[in-house]
Amino acid sequence: MPEPVLSVRELIVEIPTRHAVLRPVDRVSMDIQPGEILGVVGESGAGKSMTGNAVIGLLDRPAHIAGGEIWLRDLRIDTLGREAMRKVRGKQIGMVFQDPLTSLNPLLPIGEQIEETILEHLPVSRDEAKARALDALEEVGIPAAKDRMGAYPHQFSGGMRQRVVIALALCAEPALVIADEPTTALDVSVQAQIIALLKKLCRERGTAVMLVTHDMGVIAEAADRVAVMYAGRLAEIGPVREVLTNPAHPYAAGLMGSTPLASLGKRRLNQIPGTMPRLGSLPDGCAFHPRCPHAQDRCRANPAPPRDGRAACWFPLGAEAVA
Amino acid sequence: MNALVRVAGLSRIFDVSAPWLNRLLERKPKAMLHAVSDVSFDVVEKSVYALVGESGSGKSTIGKMVVGLLSPSDGAIEIGGVDLNQTTDKDALERTRTDIQMIFQDPYASLNPRWRVRDIIEEPVVARGGEANGLAERLLEQVGLSAADAGKFPHEFSGGQRQRICIARALASEPKLIVCDEPTSALDVSVQAQVLNLMSDLRDEFGLTYLFITHDLTVVQHMADTVGVLYLGRLVEEAPRDALFEAPKHPYTRMLFDAAPKLDGFGREVDPPKGEIPDPINPPAGCAFHPRCPLAVDRCAVERPEMREVGAHRVACHLAE
Repeated sequence: MPEPVLSVRELIVEIPTRHAVLRPVDRVSMDIQPGEILGVVGESGAGKSMTGNAVIGLLDRPAHIAGGEIWLRDLRIDTLGREAMRKVRGKQIGMVFQDPLTSLNPLLPIGEQIEETILEHLPVSRDEAKARALDALEEVGIPAAKDRMGAYPHQFSGGMRQRVVIALALCAEPALVIADEPTTALDVSVQAQIIALLKKLCRERGTAVMLVTHDMGVIAEAADRVAVMYAGRLAEIGPVREVLTNPAHPYAAGLMGSTPLASLGKRRLNQIPGTMPRLGSLPDGCAFHPRCPHAQDRCRANPAPPRDGRAACWFPLGAEAVA
Repeated sequence: MNALVRVAGLSRIFDVSAPWLNRLLERKPKAMLHAVSDVSFDVVEKSVYALVGESGSGKSTIGKMVVGLLSPSDGAIEIGGVDLNQTTDKDALERTRTDIQMIFQDPYASLNPRWRVRDIIEEPVVARGGEANGLAERLLEQVGLSAADAGKFPHEFSGGQRQRICIARALASEPKLIVCDEPTSALDVSVQAQVLNLMSDLRDEFGLTYLFITHDLTVVQHMADTVGVLYLGRLVEEAPRDALFEAPKHPYTRMLFDAAPKLDGFGREVDPPKGEIPDPINPPAGCAFHPRCPLAVDRCAVERPEMREVGAHRVACHLAE
């Protein structure tokens, strides 16, 4: 087993409010190996983006890390100061967000933005940086990259902009890339291009990728392993094929079942009753029990058990035979 | 099979030129954007017709023209036999207008935050001088909320609940046709399933016709009876759902299907589509898809293919058979 690039252990993120302390991320642990794509799925408010932001040290105050550890190889990064973290970010962790326009400076040509990032993080000359910036743009498939180095972000289409952002994220050759809904704002055909690009770069360079998305189809095609989050907790984590075809946690099963593709040919879609609870009013016991078709007294009385193997559930699906 | 909506030769052109002084100084010509060009289709009563396409394909523009939020540059839209842009019969116009309602993509933007839910839902009726005794309460229960919610404000609801309120509002005037523009795109999967199920139930209950506008093929495959595929403002293929998903005839439809992520596509290596949607102000000559089409021949660059019938499909492609 190689050493994981990213190791998150028992991470807790808290937001103090006037009434209570909310926990958008509650004891989440995950590892990502070199060259591996870990998909993180869940619905809005499940804490998936918050987990990503905690790793890159970009939590918006008053949210803060209240417990646990984050290790990047053998460097503990959750306790680093602002300046030290700024050096890590960009150099060792690249970021791709949903809206490429917010990641790019509208007033600087794209070539210059990439050069700047390279100069900041790598010990190279300006000419060398320029050459590398051009390579980076060519690698992500910007046509006529040489002529477009001087173009501004608004002169690109959405898909091309996202490619520029990926080039920017990868130009300092980071060990880890956090991609938060990188294709959600894009059309299907462009989405397919971006996903193929991410997979290719990850495979060729051995970069570890945390792919945060709500799209199960994207997860199925891109991820090696998948983590399903619910109400701030990790409900299930495992190899993508197993979690998607044979989920152990009832929430993962419900999520899979409610995608239109899973109910093909049926008159009605399977649905999970109710909605995700608000962080301020989490039910007692397992957070999913009010919506769970298999809930029993034990689930109502006790918080979900620590994840033993794949799922954090008292009665994981497919385990009846064993018990 | 009665057509409730009949769209014939519909076009819409937007003037996107720079202000005249800039044009004069920079010697730029006027720029015209053909958002929709010569689109014709029928929506059968009590069926679901889905328009799919990527951004810039003109699907929302068509939806807005059908409900009358935009007027067509050319062509006709008949709803129940009445052309809203031509008719001089005021009664028929009023009657037909109450038959059409719309549900929008963003339930956060489409509800007035200062109105109570009751007023929001009853507005389509009250605005026409109708009586709305307990209508809001009744409709709220029908869409799976509770009657007590009528006194609340929109901010007290989640996205899925808000979309239910939008649906209740659309039902208030007892419409025949509901135009749904990306009704579930802003919702999570599990909430999307709830809303789609609700829409199917209501369709059976009220005998509704839906014009469904979306980019999500999985939603189309679940909901639609007939599907029209748009590319750069033109209808490129139309077919009954099963025929279309089994054997798409237009290369663009095929590309779209191949590019869509599959739930069982573990580690699938797709050959991603080439290129992007071209600039609609200067669309390519001939077939607009030819620069990206894997099958394109010389003829495609010169001659625009007409819509023709191939089996159960209508296809605009020289090579489809």
